[in-house]
Amino acid sequence: MSTLSIINVKKRYGPVEVLKGIDIDVKDGEFLILVGPSGCGKSTLLNMIAGLDTITSGEIAIGGRVVNDLSPKDRDIAMVFQSYALYPNMTVRNNISFGLKIRKIPKGKQEETVNRVAKLLQIEALLDRMPSQLSGGQRQRVAMGRALARDPALFLFDEPLSNLDAKLRVEMRAEIKLLHDRLGATIVYVTHDQIEAMTLGDRIAVMKGGEVHQLATPQEVYDDPADLFVAGFIGSPPMNLVRAPVAHKNGKVGVNLHDGGETFFLAAPDAVQNGLSAWNGSEVVVGIRPEQITDDLARGHERSDRIKRRAKVDVVHPTGPDTLVLIQLNDTPVTCRVHPETRVQSGDNADLMFDLSKLVFFDPDKETRIR
Amino acid sequence: MTTATSASGLDRPRKRFADYLETALPKIVLGPTLLIALFFIYGFIIWTGWLSFTDSRLLPRYELAGFVQYVTLFENERWWTALRNLGIFGGLFILVCLVVGLLLAILLDQRIRAEGILRAVYLYPMALSFIVTGTAWRWILNPGLGLQNLIRQMGFESFTFDWIVTPGMSIYTVVIAGAWQSTGFVMALFLAGLRGVDDAIIKAAQVDGASPTRIYTSIIIPSLRPVFFSALIILSHIAIKSFDLVMALTGGGPGFSSDLPATFMYTFAFNRNQIGLGAASAIIMLMTVVAIIVPLMYSETRRGHLGR
Ligand SMILES: Nc1ncnc2c1ncn2[C@@H]1O[C@H](COP(=O)(O)OP(=O)(O)OP(=O)(O)O)[C@@H](O)[C@H]1O
Ligand SMILES: [Mg+2]
Repeated sequence: MSTLSIINVKKRYGPVEVLKGIDIDVKDGEFLILVGPSGCGKSTLLNMIAGLDTITSGEIAIGGRVVNDLSPKDRDIAMVFQSYALYPNMTVRNNISFGLKIRKIPKGKQEETVNRVAKLLQIEALLDRMPSQLSGGQRQRVAMGRALARDPALFLFDEPLSNLDAKLRVEMRAEIKLLHDRLGATIVYVTHDQIEAMTLGDRIAVMKGGEVHQLATPQEVYDDPADLFVAGFIGSPPMNLVRAPVAHKNGKVGVNLHDGGETFFLAAPDAVQNGLSAWNGSEVVVGIRPEQITDDLARGHERSDRIKRRAKVDVVHPTGPDTLVLIQLNDTPVTCRVHPETRVQSGDNADLMFDLSKLVFFDPDKETRIR
Repeated sequence: MTTATSASGLDRPRKRFADYLETALPKIVLGPTLLIALFFIYGFIIWTGWLSFTDSRLLPRYELAGFVQYVTLFENERWWTALRNLGIFGGLFILVCLVVGLLLAILLDQRIRAEGILRAVYLYPMALSFIVTGTAWRWILNPGLGLQNLIRQMGFESFTFDWIVTPGMSIYTVVIAGAWQSTGFVMALFLAGLRGVDDAIIKAAQVDGASPTRIYTSIIIPSLRPVFFSALIILSHIAIKSFDLVMALTGGGPGFSSDLPATFMYTFAFNRNQIGLGAASAIIMLMTVVAIIVPLMYSETRRGHLGR
């Protein structure tokens, strides 16, 4: 059983509280992603789990065993670092077997493990090289190999792919996913990369300022953000967040938007009708993803929860698979994602289709979700 | 128009004088220094080499006389003492500096509070010239004035520490003074190296289960190889050319028991009017330096090519 439970963990460095009570439960074989802006305490949390730093209060248990007072070597974990942290004076082979040697595993068994891991990661040809003779991607593999050799209860990854170029990152991402499927290992993985977070994780913990803002599956985090921060942080390009007054129309609650000219009404989804009606007359923040403002070509035709509007296009960014179009709503720039074959140019008026089924609303002061 | 038409038919601005000057400037600036260095270093090496094959005495003479000076040199008992002393001094001096320097650096690397002050304290002797070091230690080690006297006054009447006036032991006092002066510098080198080690490597080793001692012996110290190399080169050339320290501390004495090749060379070339013999000893010293440093440099730069 390789579970991990983090119960109300706090960490202060002098007067600064870096972690303000973290609660996370990771199931056996689960792939947990930690994301958050720089300095929010992801690495700190990972170091606490690894035992490289002490916690101020709270409890960390790995496999049902409280490890608060155990040193890293007794916690049965392996860690992969952003800078790979290979031992510069050892060959790849010795890098991988160092942990085994320390644990006094017999020579024959060590060799067997090194060969198994090398085969798994396809680094057999590199075993006798020094780390400095490897490319970034190869070093990354060796760092993974060092972690895999030990077959620990828990793997910790601290931004392992962030030093790789875009293409290699995609490859390694696929490999890590494959490895996880094959080994069924429990993994805690820190990343900055939206796509890594969405594709790799079974669940994502979105952190900010030493707190977990939301802990849920990638799809939930994406579609159903817990608060304004999560909504703005997850997604690339991010969710459009526009201040808008709440209004009634045809017996439905919704928000009024304008693009500099005429005002139009976006009705809220049925589920939030109740919650939003309390806000009638005041301003809220409405969140709408770029792919929910699109054109006819991409999204078929008008339905009850879709409305069509003409809006003036400010800027056009072709990205290849989609074209991003910037318009102004309530004096806020709003990104829309249209089909690349829709030929729009800045200054044009374009027909855009708003998908209302996934609109989300936030309290503009408390930044909480309105449900 | 200062443009000509190039092969591709595009305009190609012609190089102007300022551009030539810009590319040539480094050469113009470095030229005189290079010439002076060539003349005063390599020119004089060649001159000394030539003299060592003559029978010059008080004044240089230029008729070649073969290897006579070298034969005389190696028949001279004083030269052998100097060589043996160089072995003792060089070996111990380098060893003590490396070991103590590394230990001090490791201790300082534990992020202790007074680090800045301690570093300055250890490094300070390096700011003194060997003459000052030698003079200070001559007083400290003088049996009548220094350490021995002090401890005897404290009541330990039988305490003796008179190496500086004991023929077989005086060379060890040179080791003490030399190490005192240079250890701080070696420590600074090692400390810089230790600080350059990525924190994550240490964390990785902790996760791998290595104890702090093991982390130092298996990972950090071996990765300081280039620092060892630099320290070794610097220390060995300090050892081989050591002259002022011995002159100030023991003057080569008692007798000539703490002579080093450099003091030998000086005595014979300038005090005893045997320029040829002095030149021969100087050439032997040069050969020793070359013999030590060239293979080291070669092996280290080769490792460099392999991507270390
Ligand atoms: N040893 C320390 N002493 C004081 N403050 C620290 C220490 N280590 C980290 N911090 C602070 O803790 C906060 C969290 O740091 P941490 O390294 O965990 O951020 P992170 O989320 O990993 O950021 P990044 O994405 O940039 O790696 C930062 O504000 C940092 O300044
Ligand atoms: Mg970090």
